[in-house]
Amino acid sequence: MTNSTDLAALAVGDTLPAHTQGPINRATLALFAGASNDYVPLHIDSDFAKAAGMDDVFGHGMLSMAYLAQLITHWVPQERLLSWTVRFTAITPLYATVTATGEVTEIFEDAGRRCARLAVRTVTDKGITTIDGEAVIRIN
Amino acid sequence: MIDQSFKGFTSDPRKIDVEKGQLKFFAHATGETNPVYFDEKAARAAGHPALPAPPTFVFSLALGAPPSRGNILGDMGVDMRRILHGEQSFTYHRPIHAGDTITLTTTTSDIYEKKGGALEFIVQDTKAENEAGELCAEMRVVTVVRNG
Repeated sequence: MTNSTDLAALAVGDTLPAHTQGPINRATLALFAGASNDYVPLHIDSDFAKAAGMDDVFGHGMLSMAYLAQLITHWVPQERLLSWTVRFTAITPLYATVTATGEVTEIFEDAGRRCARLAVRTVTDKGITTIDGEAVIRIN
Repeated sequence: MIDQSFKGFTSDPRKIDVEKGQLKFFAHATGETNPVYFDEKAARAAGHPALPAPPTFVFSLALGAPPSRGNILGDMGVDMRRILHGEQSFTYHRPIHAGDTITLTTTTSDIYEKKGGALEFIVQDTKAENEAGELCAEMRVVTVVRNG
């Protein structure tokens, strides 16, 4: 966990400690479906996924976004996360290992708050970017 | 094609309890190692009154309490085989904790197509308020429907 002294010294180009989760297997998807209230069968029913033209079930976008959230909340307390927006750029295949990374792209003031903008992404072990986004955290 | 009459429609508010057991289950299912999210002692030591809802949890609350009208997985008639999650945003105002009852209101802000209708996009904005009527979080979900 980064303390406030470290945050005050944060600079553009600084990177967050990378965060890796997975591999994502069928049990991961079944558990996440139940825990997250997401019962879309594309993620948990291979027959359904194949009938829909997919190779197999695949990871929920929100599972990878939950991993990306952990990148941030393992670095600073969640209260510092003010907003974030992401695009899901590719599906996360079964058995993928997901690594979340972040880099400071801007330090700025907003309504009296000192903030850092982070470029955040998740990448699979095959090098596919599955989430691309940005987050704003309060650093004062 | 998605019925354009949903565009601009705001759902009735619906309530959902933030359950401690579900937060622990969510932590387990996401391989969470930070005890703030599954150990109440650790949560209190970090200044929380109870287990905090993690950053993406409002999405799960919304799935747990879908609107009766304007539900992508319900009355909007979208084929579940053809949906993809396109974009996701959150803006936070106040923390949400286990034991809170959250009121959700969802507006279908936009419905548009690209590539001559091969892709349709549904933009929904949800507000999450606590029992005091204070805004806790805002969420935008962009769902893509593959018609091609």
